[in-house]
Formats: sequence, structure tokens, C-alpha cells
Amino acid sequence: MKFPTTEAEIRKLRAGDEVVVDGHILGIRDRTQIRIFDQGIEPPMDLNGAFLLHTAPGVRKLGPGRYEKVCIGTTTSARMVRFTEPLGRQYGVRAICGKGGLPDEAIEPMQRLGMVYFAIVGGAAALETTQIEEIEEVAWEELMPECLWKFRVKDFGPLTVGIDSHGNSVFHDVQEAAQRRLEDILARI
Amino acid sequence: MSLVETDLQGVVEDAAAHLYVWALKDIPQDLRDALEEARGRETSIPGRRVLDIIARNIAIADEEKNLVCQDTGIAVYTCRVGEHFPLHPARIYEALKTGTERATLEHPLRSNAVHTITRENTGPNTGYRLPIVHWEFISDWDGLDVKCVPKGSGSENMSFLKMCVPADGVKGIKQFVLESIVGAGGKPCPPGIVGVGIGGSADYAMYLAKEAITRPVGTRNADPIVAELEDELFALLNETGIGPMGLGGDVTVLQCHIEHADTHMTLNPVAVNYQCWAARRATAHVSAAGDVDFDREA
Repeated sequence: MKFPTTEAEIRKLRAGDEVVVDGHILGIRDRTQIRIFDQGIEPPMDLNGAFLLHTAPGVRKLGPGRYEKVCIGTTTSARMVRFTEPLGRQYGVRAICGKGGLPDEAIEPMQRLGMVYFAIVGGAAALETTQIEEIEEVAWEELMPECLWKFRVKDFGPLTVGIDSHGNSVFHDVQEAAQRRLEDILARI
Repeated sequence: MSLVETDLQGVVEDAAAHLYVWALKDIPQDLRDALEEARGRETSIPGRRVLDIIARNIAIADEEKNLVCQDTGIAVYTCRVGEHFPLHPARIYEALKTGTERATLEHPLRSNAVHTITRENTGPNTGYRLPIVHWEFISDWDGLDVKCVPKGSGSENMSFLKMCVPADGVKGIKQFVLESIVGAGGKPCPPGIVGVGIGGSADYAMYLAKEAITRPVGTRNADPIVAELEDELFALLNETGIGPMGLGGDVTVLQCHIEHADTHMTLNPVAVNYQCWAARRATAHVSAAGDVDFDREA
């Protein structure tokens, strides 16, 4: 599927679906979102319909504002869960992609606002780097490497829909089942 | 400082610079085998997808000589220093620090090190008390073994300590390890190596947990009682169903390694340190004469 996208396209996705992405995606991380929401500074890129990737890329500087990729991978999403709701409500973000899942508090805003969480394979950065064609823009270079990045991607994935816009979360279901299994295990050890 | 010492510091520095990059690119064979074995036994669809992607990623890293994972981690070294090795540990530390900086600037690698309060970047993956070095001193030997373990933060954030009491027994240890790994879910990039440290003191238990994750995958503790606990926890952890990247499946961990120390009669500490599937490590054996033998499997 292509990004940026619309709410209608996002609503078609179901938890567990496999997705491959083309188009433009934005790289964002802890300090980037702290700047936007805690320091109240408007991001200098359009986030409407956007696909946000939780990343702090390894890059080589070519010239002023110009970078080439070295190794680009994805970080743990759960640290940044509190930004989910305002990203959707204030900026119209449609997809958040990271590794390890988002806690249950992301389920309700994603359902209400029409957003999804894509689970990527953490650590698979050598592969991810080949799917990123170019670093097209970078803002807030002083936060290096936690800047706001714009990447052009081709065949990015495959990704798994971890949380859909209908109230379903693979991570919630796996955790619930694991807690039941844990109770059984603890009863017999 | 004698000429011999000067050269040896340069040798260790070169070795450290090589090890850091090499560890990030070329993961050990025992880990590759463990991941392949995991791929063979995983039955869930998302779990298989994850393990297939991991296999593709390792192949691409090999082909393109790129890093397996973008997280160049926090530089951790374990050093085994022979009592007759002719370079003082203070100089070995300087060599490791300079080697880490050179690797970061020359490759270049992402610089992760920040001041812990201001969060300002402190430079090329070094800083105050960085890199971190574990020391072991060996009697009647004149060699040096340096193992570089770039430690990713996603898995390091999934570290846990509990001061169990003696009445909790071994069951308390097992319960804490199981609850920690279920609670961690997909965050530490499973399936990885669960390092467990038991006994000693609070700080030493965590130190031992880190030691445990630096061992070759599937090695067993020399004490048969502890080795039996490793086997049991390995099996139980894989019954939890957390699965690859926390998406559900049969393979939650590649291994469980335990290191132990004797402890106080009123203590029963248990520490968990997780190592992600990209369990990177590389070793250099340095002789007193300055010959270096690089070893991916140690």
C-alpha cells in the first residue's frame, strides 16, 4: 500500500494482515516527539496521512542537510505510546511502525481516529536499509540522530498489522494467552 | 613507558576497533545455527514470517557487509587478563576506549552515548565510564582475551532484579524469570538469550546476568545443578507463547544461560538481562608478544 494514505484505506486493514509499503515515510523518535508535544514546537513537515517509523538512522553526511544511508533500523515503540493519540488527533497521522508493539492504551485512540500500528522485525536493519531508496529530507539536525527524517521507500516490509482501527491488538491477545499459560506453568513448578 | 608497552597498547586498540565493527556485521555461527533451528520448529504464521525475515536480514548483512542491526549499542567488553600480560589494565582500558572511538568515526557508526541527565551526545560511543569493561584476572598466564559485546538498548531496557528471600526457594527464581520474559513481550526482540544471574549480591547478580548473555549460545553452566535449571527454564520460557517479536508462536527464547555465585544465608537475588536475537559478540586473543587471533565463536 502507498503512503501518505487516507482513513478509508486504513480502515480496510485487520490485525494480523501482512502489508508491504511504497511511497514516503517519516522517521521519528523519542526526542523528536518530546520537542513536538512537550516543548510545543510545530514539526516542519506535513504529518497528515503519514506513516511514522520509530527510528534513529545511522547515516553519512554528504553536505548541508544531505545524508546518505548507512544502516537504518527500527526501535522499541512502547516508550513512545503517549504520543499516539495527539499524533492522530492533532496531525492526522495514519500509521505508526515500530518493533515490540504498543501497550493497550493505544487501542482506543487508533480505533477512534482511524490509525494502525505496523509491527516490523526489530534488528533486521540490513534488510530495511535496502528497502529505503533515499533520505529526501531532514529537519532538526541538532537532535541527530533523533531528527525528523523523510524517506522514500520501495517494498518496505513485510509488516504485520499489530493493532488495527477496529479495536484489535495482536499484542493484547498474545499477552492475555501468555498470562493464562504462565498461571498453568506456575501451578506445576 | 617502554617501547614494548607502547606497541601492545596500539595492538589492543586496533583489535578493539576491528572487533566493534566485526561484531556488528558478522554474527557467530552458534547464533546462526540457533536461529535456523528456531525457524525449523516455529509453526505460527507471524512467527515464521519474523524468522524468515531475520534469515534474509543476516544474508543481506553478509552480502552487503552492512550491520545486522542499526543499534550499535553500548560498547561492552569482557577482558580476561593474564597476570603476566605485559600491559597494565589502565592502558588496556585506554586502548579499548580509543578503539571504540576510531571504529565509530572511521566506519561511521551511529553514536549512541549521551549524558544521562542532559541527554546530550557525548561523542563516538564513549563518554564518562563508557565503554563498560568487565575484568577477570587469570593466574599463571601471559595472554589477554578481549570480547566485544555491543549491547542493544531494546533488550537492555528489559533488565530486571528481584531480591527473593530464601523461603521463595528455586521456585521464586523460576517464577521471576518467567514473569519477566512474559512481561517483556516483544520489546527485547525475541527470540533471544535470557541471561540470569543468581546469588552474590544485588549488583553482582546483575553483573552475572550480563556475563551469562556473552556465552556462546547453548553452552551450559559447569555446575550440573545450575545446568539443570538452565534446561528447565529454557523449556518453560518456550511454553509461554510470546513468540518471535512478541507476535505469538512456539519460539520465545533461543536459550537461557545462568551464572551463579554463592551468597549470604538470608539472600536469594535473581537478575535477568535480555540479549536480543542479534546477539552480537566477537573476541580477540592477544598474546604477550602482540600477536592477535580473532575468534567469532568464543
